[in-house]
Amino acid sequence: MMTKSKRLSWGFFVFFIPVFLWLMLLIVLPHIELLRMSFARPAYLKQPGFTLSNYIEFFKEPIYWNTFFRTAMYSITVTMIVLIIGLPVAFYITKVASFKTRGFLTILILIPFWVSELIRVYGWTIILRESGIINHFMTKYGIWKQPIEMLYNDAAMIMGLVYTSILFMVVPIIGVMDSLDNSLIEAAYDLGAKKNVIWRQIIIPHCMPGIISGCIIVFMMVLGSYLTPNLMGGKNSMWFTEQIYNQFILYRNWNMGSAFGFLLLFMSSIIIWVALKLSGQSLKEVVK
Amino acid sequence: MEIALSVKNVVKKYGDFTAVNDVSFDVEDGKFFSILGPSGCGKTTLLRMIAGFFEPTAGSIEIRGKNMANVPPNKRPVNLVFQHLALFPMMDVKENIAFGLRRRGEKTPEVMKKVHNILERVGLPEYADKRIDQLSGGQKQRVAIARCLVLEPAVLLLDEPLGALDLKLREHMKVELKKLQAEIGTTFVYITHDQSEAMVMSDHVAVMNNGHFEQIDSPSNLYNNPASSFVAMFVGNNNKVTGVLAKDESGKFYVQDKNQLKYAISTIKDCREGDIVGMYTRPEAIIINPAEDKTFFNRTGVHVKAVLFDGGNSRLLVVTPTGQEVLVALPQNHQFDYIKKGDDIMIGWDPASSVCFKETGAKMYDDEI
Ligand SMILES: Nc1ncnc2c1ncn2[C@@H]1O[C@H](COP(=O)(O)OP(=O)(O)OP(=O)(O)O)[C@@H](O)[C@H]1O
Ligand SMILES: [Mg+2]
Repeated sequence: MMTKSKRLSWGFFVFFIPVFLWLMLLIVLPHIELLRMSFARPAYLKQPGFTLSNYIEFFKEPIYWNTFFRTAMYSITVTMIVLIIGLPVAFYITKVASFKTRGFLTILILIPFWVSELIRVYGWTIILRESGIINHFMTKYGIWKQPIEMLYNDAAMIMGLVYTSILFMVVPIIGVMDSLDNSLIEAAYDLGAKKNVIWRQIIIPHCMPGIISGCIIVFMMVLGSYLTPNLMGGKNSMWFTEQIYNQFILYRNWNMGSAFGFLLLFMSSIIIWVALKLSGQSLKEVVK
Repeated sequence: MEIALSVKNVVKKYGDFTAVNDVSFDVEDGKFFSILGPSGCGKTTLLRMIAGFFEPTAGSIEIRGKNMANVPPNKRPVNLVFQHLALFPMMDVKENIAFGLRRRGEKTPEVMKKVHNILERVGLPEYADKRIDQLSGGQKQRVAIARCLVLEPAVLLLDEPLGALDLKLREHMKVELKKLQAEIGTTFVYITHDQSEAMVMSDHVAVMNNGHFEQIDSPSNLYNNPASSFVAMFVGNNNKVTGVLAKDESGKFYVQDKNQLKYAISTIKDCREGDIVGMYTRPEAIIINPAEDKTFFNRTGVHVKAVLFDGGNSRLLVVTPTGQEVLVALPQNHQFDYIKKGDDIMIGWDPASSVCFKETGAKMYDDEI
């Protein structure tokens, strides 16, 4: 008995230690250091000790919390757009497409993610910019008098973000939608329901766990994305991650940068918590 | 009587395959109509056309005299109880039942009154607030039926709703369902592959085979006067002997099997002298140790292969000297309790209790030849 339980715990440690080290060394320890730094003054001031000034600075300077507010709002918007596009796409793949087209469509959604984000964004740039493909054809056939700059504005940025995150909405929704019995949809239809009622009362409630986990993933991804807003957004569509980047790299103010990082983490957690409460879901159920 | 449902020459094709082939029938208001057929004969396809999920390739469907062509399922005055019930797990019992009423835009107090009424009707008055996964199989069944009945459909369609239940509960629900239908008076169209379900519950039964109807009749007529060899084999048990139909000097018909044994027969359907026919005799029509003095009587000595004890439905499995297996019903008065496996006994039957049909080549599950 003794030996058996000992061996068991030994095996447990073999698997546990790498995971533990991974979490400790790469995630927990750096964060503890960043947290410590966020409560300290910049080193060049030579003033050791605890301070809240990094955080206070965030609220004192409108550009910071404006950027944060904008980033959060755009992230929510992008998440909603992705959800609105993702639901019918997942429905088509799971319930309408034949078995063969289903595999094909899934691959079609996956393929763009084999390419790095940078290349994908540049792909969009080639299409949309002033000397890009669309403008080339539009002016050639005289539909537009002169090329229009379609990049570097909020719409282009939102489109880019939607494009890069759609997979992470569609995949979890496909997972739950697969388990939806077709006869439930038919029964609702038979009992007199119209399409929108079937969506509202049958399909969406059933898919809620997938929708929530998709939304959380997409929201976090969009909120923390850097390349797409930077390359596709305009001069005045600053993303909060750029603020953090600026603090770390441009101003060499690691203390402020880490404070911003924690504010981002904290506030995104609050937004997700509020969203979960509003939709009446619990994180436990979603993770399950 | 008003006609609740009228199906006229309905055909459904899947590509080259004809799943439903020229089916016509009428169901009167308030009747319990069953469609009985083996697996894959097209029952579900037919029912789904009536519900509106498929459009027929040809033919028309009328409900209360109104043609249903191009009317979607949510606009038809029929409701379907699905094979696996399809109750909504995201709603409780009362919301499941209220679903259809709400779609009609009825007000909540009225909806709830109707919901409680119908729950009372199906014997589940305390279950309004239960979740679906808290119900037993039989209770789910009743909720699924209540969910449709509360809408007062012109016709309630049921697709093998008892299929998923265990035997005991199925027996119970059969009687319940019949009682409920008689009480509420809604027209039921019920499909099943279980002949006892169809026989016990229905006013009329249609026997379906390979996409077409073989016979539409009352249960007792189906049993006593089958119109085709398929019906004879599918409804109840029957002993089948294959042979050639012939006539003796006195003009009486007999069937001669491959061993030249002759069986007299008096009920002949659609077949002529010289045809290869199947002769069908019910196990309970066969008499054990028949009196010697009967004339014009089929009589043969047989060997008892097994005693199949099944309570009130006990039978003997016997073989004729030529190797033909015959099932014989055992009367319930213990008169023949002495018969054991391996005994040799006499059996006989009145030629009038057999029926013969021209052999079509259509095979049943347990066909001999
Ligand atoms: N979408 C389809 N495409 C092609 N053939 C089909 C399709 N749906 C059903 N069939 C065929 O039509 C026939 C009838 O099917 P149906 O589902 O109506 O049978 P059923 O009588 O309800 O059988 P069961 O008792 O097993 O439910 C079957 O042979 C089936 O293979
Ligand atoms: Mg079926």
